[in-house]
Amino acid sequence: MTLIETKYLAKTYDVGDEGVHALEDVSVKISKGEFVAIMGPSGSGKSTFMNIIGCLDQPTAGEYFLDGHKIGGLSPDELATIRNKKIGFVFQGFNLLSRTSAMENVELPLLYNHVPAGERRQKSLTALKLLGLEGREHHHPNQLSGGQQQRVAIARALVNEAPILMADEPTGNLDTKTSIEIMELLVQLNRDSGTTIILVTHEPDIAAYSKRIIRFLDGHVISDEEVKKS
Amino acid sequence: MISIASTLKIALRALWVNKMRSALTMLGIIIGVSAVIIMLAIGTGVSRKISSQISSIGSNLIIVVPGSFTQGGVRLGGGSQSSLTTADADAILRECSAVSAVAPMHNGSAQVVYGNQNWATSIQGTTPGILEVKDCGLTAGRNMSDQDIRNATKVCLLGQTVVDNLFGSMDPIGQIVRIKKIPFTVIGVLESKGQSLGGQDQDDTVLIPLTTAQKKIFGTTVPGMVRTIMVKARSTEDLSVAERQVTDLLRQRHRIGPTKEDDFTVRNLTQMLQMAEQTTNTLTMLLAAIASVSLLVGGIGIMNIMLVSVTERTREIGIRMAVGAKTWDIRIQFIIEALTLSMIGGITGIIIGSSVSIFLSTVFEIPSAVSLLSVLLSFSFSGLVGIFFGFYPAYKASLLNPIDALRFE
Repeated sequence: MTLIETKYLAKTYDVGDEGVHALEDVSVKISKGEFVAIMGPSGSGKSTFMNIIGCLDQPTAGEYFLDGHKIGGLSPDELATIRNKKIGFVFQGFNLLSRTSAMENVELPLLYNHVPAGERRQKSLTALKLLGLEGREHHHPNQLSGGQQQRVAIARALVNEAPILMADEPTGNLDTKTSIEIMELLVQLNRDSGTTIILVTHEPDIAAYSKRIIRFLDGHVISDEEVKKS
Repeated sequence: MISIASTLKIALRALWVNKMRSALTMLGIIIGVSAVIIMLAIGTGVSRKISSQISSIGSNLIIVVPGSFTQGGVRLGGGSQSSLTTADADAILRECSAVSAVAPMHNGSAQVVYGNQNWATSIQGTTPGILEVKDCGLTAGRNMSDQDIRNATKVCLLGQTVVDNLFGSMDPIGQIVRIKKIPFTVIGVLESKGQSLGGQDQDDTVLIPLTTAQKKIFGTTVPGMVRTIMVKARSTEDLSVAERQVTDLLRQRHRIGPTKEDDFTVRNLTQMLQMAEQTTNTLTMLLAAIASVSLLVGGIGIMNIMLVSVTERTREIGIRMAVGAKTWDIRIQFIIEALTLSMIGGITGIIIGSSVSIFLSTVFEIPSAVSLLSVLLSFSFSGLVGIFFGFYPAYKASLLNPIDALRFE
């Protein structure tokens, strides 16, 4: 079943007189339960693509359907609701609220989804436990290692039971050993709970954990192929 | 929108993280609010003091004095004519329905002598009605009687200052004092009224029967002449009626044609009181307005800090938006933050302002006048300041594009 579908998606930035084409004619279909890696050198448009399908940014042309609904023309608040309920984000820089405990960071999506305080607490504790962060609920981000911070971010992405997890260079700031741990966590998540994962990376080793790789170059999709597991 | 309680928690945490900055920002509001409260308290206090001084002269009072005397084109000052008589005073009491008491006055100053002590004071020849007109009681003895007036007896009532200067701590009742060498028996002591508006000592006076003053002390150019008639209206509402009735009656009695000027002047003390009240109210408002400027400056301080805060926390706003915060979630968060700053500042300001006002009123003996109104006013004003100056930064934050906010370094 198709979850994400883009048709001739384009994004142009106005710089001086001429626009810069970050994306051009990108038509992609991603089905429920897939684990897709989006690859390409920097400036290829892979992050722009992820931001658009993550409803963080709007395309300048083309259409985007998420779960069968057309996304173009929605208000900022409608986009916020979609992000809240359907998409969890994991960023390269973790993007946790500083001076705020792990638990409260994980609770954020629930807070904006109007979940009552007691349920919020219980759900965030479950999510943290699932990611092996038991006992670190009240630590602030600066008291956690990079890998632990990224796991808090993943817990935050999962806590609202969003069907899609988007990860933008999730291992970019981590060492190799921690990177492997995080990737194995994502693989397990995709396999066990059927969460659709879209991973943006420029590292082939990381992309190898996925099942399908879409390559970008200069704003175009240049290849789209299944990963052959050896 | 998420609940106010959750938002308040976020706001308090954000303010707590920057304790010093929050405290300094609040300081602006604290100074503003306490300035407003202190200024209003001082203004109201002074206004009350002036009112009480004016009403100590006697409330609902109308004063009638003779008009100016014109001879050969030369106009002498007010009171130079001798057009008012005891008969006018009696007629006013008899015929003006809005008048409750009348006291004709014939006064001058003279030396009062007791034993080897003497004291220069104002001698007022008047009738028993004076005590009611002036709202004045006696601390000892009795008032003069109608019989004293008829017989022009030589009795007198002393003001407290005169008693202090002539008798010290001795009881003056029944003692003999001499005014212009004529012996008078002291029959009573007047209640102390303190200073008048002009700084005059209202207790520095001696009351004697009107007829005695006219015949024996000061003399008269016209028989029964008086210098002033003091008239008390039944109530504040009757004051203007009484004033009209007195004017009409006196014009009729003095046979003044419709085109001629009055040969007397009617003054209304309540008008004076109202004027003084108006003046002090204007002053109070002026003081409050000046103090409000500092409150406004405090508000701008809040706005300034909130703008800095929005810029500093752009990334936080981006994260919140990415996980689903809506426009109003972000707006309310920053408005509540500004509101919390201004309200805590406001409450502190009210406490400090009230304490300083009470302290000042004790030190300078101004009646303390921290009114509930001024407290409510400055409290709601500081709340409004918070909302007003918090709104723009909050609005600015809510308009951020989530992806730009997330990428902000």
